Amino acid sequence: MKFGEFGGQFVPEVLIPPLKELEREYNRLKKDDSFIRELDYYLKVYAGRPTPLYFAENLTKHTAGAKIYLKREDLLHSGAHKINNTLGQALLAKHMGKSRLIAETGAGQHGVATAIAGALFGLKTEVYMGSEDVERQKPNVFRMKLLGADVIPVESGSRTLKDAINEALRDWVATFEYTHYLIGSVVGPHPYPTIVRDFQSVIGKEVKKQILEVEESLPDCIVACVGGGSNAIGIFHPFIEDKSVKLVGVEAAGKGIETGKHSASICAGKKGVLHGMLSYFLQDEDGQIATTHSVAAGLDYPGVGPEHAWLKEINRAEYVSVTDDEALKAFSLLSKLEGIIPALESAHAIAYAVKLAKEMSKDEIIVVNLSGRGDKDLEIVMKLLGGY
Amino acid sequence: MDPWLITFITAGDPSPSNTLDYMIALEKNSDIIELGLPFSDPMADGPTIQKANVRALKAGTKVKDVFSIVKEFRDHSEKPVVLMTYYNLIYVKGVDNFVKEAKNCGINGMIVVDLPVEESSDYLKACEKYGMGTVFLAAPNTPEDRLKQIDKVSSIFVYLVSLYGTTGARDKIPETAFNLIKRAKSICKKPVCVGFGVSKKEHVKELVNAGADGVVVGSAIVKIIEKYRENAAEKLEEFTKELREGLKESLTQFR
Repeated sequence: MKFGEFGGQFVPEVLIPPLKELEREYNRLKKDDSFIRELDYYLKVYAGRPTPLYFAENLTKHTAGAKIYLKREDLLHSGAHKINNTLGQALLAKHMGKSRLIAETGAGQHGVATAIAGALFGLKTEVYMGSEDVERQKPNVFRMKLLGADVIPVESGSRTLKDAINEALRDWVATFEYTHYLIGSVVGPHPYPTIVRDFQSVIGKEVKKQILEVEESLPDCIVACVGGGSNAIGIFHPFIEDKSVKLVGVEAAGKGIETGKHSASICAGKKGVLHGMLSYFLQDEDGQIATTHSVAAGLDYPGVGPEHAWLKEINRAEYVSVTDDEALKAFSLLSKLEGIIPALESAHAIAYAVKLAKEMSKDEIIVVNLSGRGDKDLEIVMKLLGGY
Repeated sequence: MDPWLITFITAGDPSPSNTLDYMIALEKNSDIIELGLPFSDPMADGPTIQKANVRALKAGTKVKDVFSIVKEFRDHSEKPVVLMTYYNLIYVKGVDNFVKEAKNCGINGMIVVDLPVEESSDYLKACEKYGMGTVFLAAPNTPEDRLKQIDKVSSIFVYLVSLYGTTGARDKIPETAFNLIKRAKSICKKPVCVGFGVSKKEHVKELVNAGADGVVVGSAIVKIIEKYRENAAEKLEEFTKELREGLKESLTQFR
């Protein structure tokens, strides 16, 4: 139930019975062959799994160091890894007899992935989104509506992702009998961090098989970006027992850790309790949660999944940070060298992998989780890089 | 026992300099004052108390300010003060340290909205060590075995959440409240007090007649502060007097 001291179920009493129901149903269904087959089917023929593991030869030549492989989650339907989890949870909700999905979204990626799953499985879908984000991410708001979901702007607090989570929880307290809260990352009260991790672990399982086929050895290092941490846990988890594989999570340093305008919860936060879990959070000395910044909306969250907090605590994974500027450079670099436009979130992982590859030898291997494609970021990048 | 009227305000709303006066205004007609610590992410609260939290934090309210306000209140009144908070504010200061400081400034008990019994061992240890009173919440869907546990770890009263939802004034008390009172009265040894949605004299009467040992009124009071800001003291006194009458009327009905 916990990851060391992290995780837990810090929620109002009313949510304890629905969380227990979810845990019970999940534990039952994850061993149910027909559920597993059904999910595998949709992951394969609907979402596009398995995704390729691509040897980035040009990028590798450019860095003149370790071989860099990219796990192409950007090629999935919807353009990011989020759909691994939304298909899994929506199917779970359907089997639990729920008729409605609610979700939170920051930039809209998880909202879109939830709307897709809702449409596919015929579940009414409502997505909470900070009103600030609704303004900033109009195309995704339209996408969700097109997919048949309702987008509910959240006016409370800082009007961003953390407030959308608060609002979704407030909804769930009143509607859990017929509603499943489809959390988008490895955060929230138990059992969510475990459920989301299990659904995302398909990434790491595939990588293991694929890299052994091509290289006949495990990678020396795996790099992934970390906001809440779902794509990172997804690729890390199947390698946790393989101690020779170094795991590196890359947080968003925004305009620089020293400016306070960042979202590096592990690198610069303290232990705390929010959204049902004990983990690392950006907060002031009283425990008031900070507002965060990253050029990548998907990393713009003041906390991190409890399993990451634990992997950090036991020194199994290392957590570093990359600034907006470094991520933007990596965004351009990968586009030019490989013909792949990465999501700004994933560009953080690319930026760090390039740095790391230069310090490693040519026979070593790095796998980077390319968690999403960058089409959604074109507008913001055009604005920032100007006359691009 | 005579039933309790428990009145809630958010500390620091609209500014820390008003809180002492408002506590004194409530005190005359209340049995317990429930003081909310403002938090950036009050996920169990509806819009009214959310906005109060925002006002208090914008006014720069710090935990230490709230502690000194209670200390000052103790020069005026012996009425019990129960602190309502989210767990993070306790956790970051160190649970032991927070409870000790709260006790030293005259706080009698604490309600931690997002701390279920399973996660509360450090907290209960500290409360026992410093003689801090405890209040845990129970909801309409809380099963019998959990109600027993909640009753066991609550030293002052058990807080019954009347409905499925967040805090906020409502027109009617829902059926869920009456069912919960019935169940709780048959299981709990401690007083049971009902909150969430309780907002008028009639509600107070109804709930007490249904067997509640107390009622908690929050959002309806906070709305007065929202309306009158720095000049709410008189209105607060008026409104709590009216609620008190509801309590008295229910008592005469009983007898």
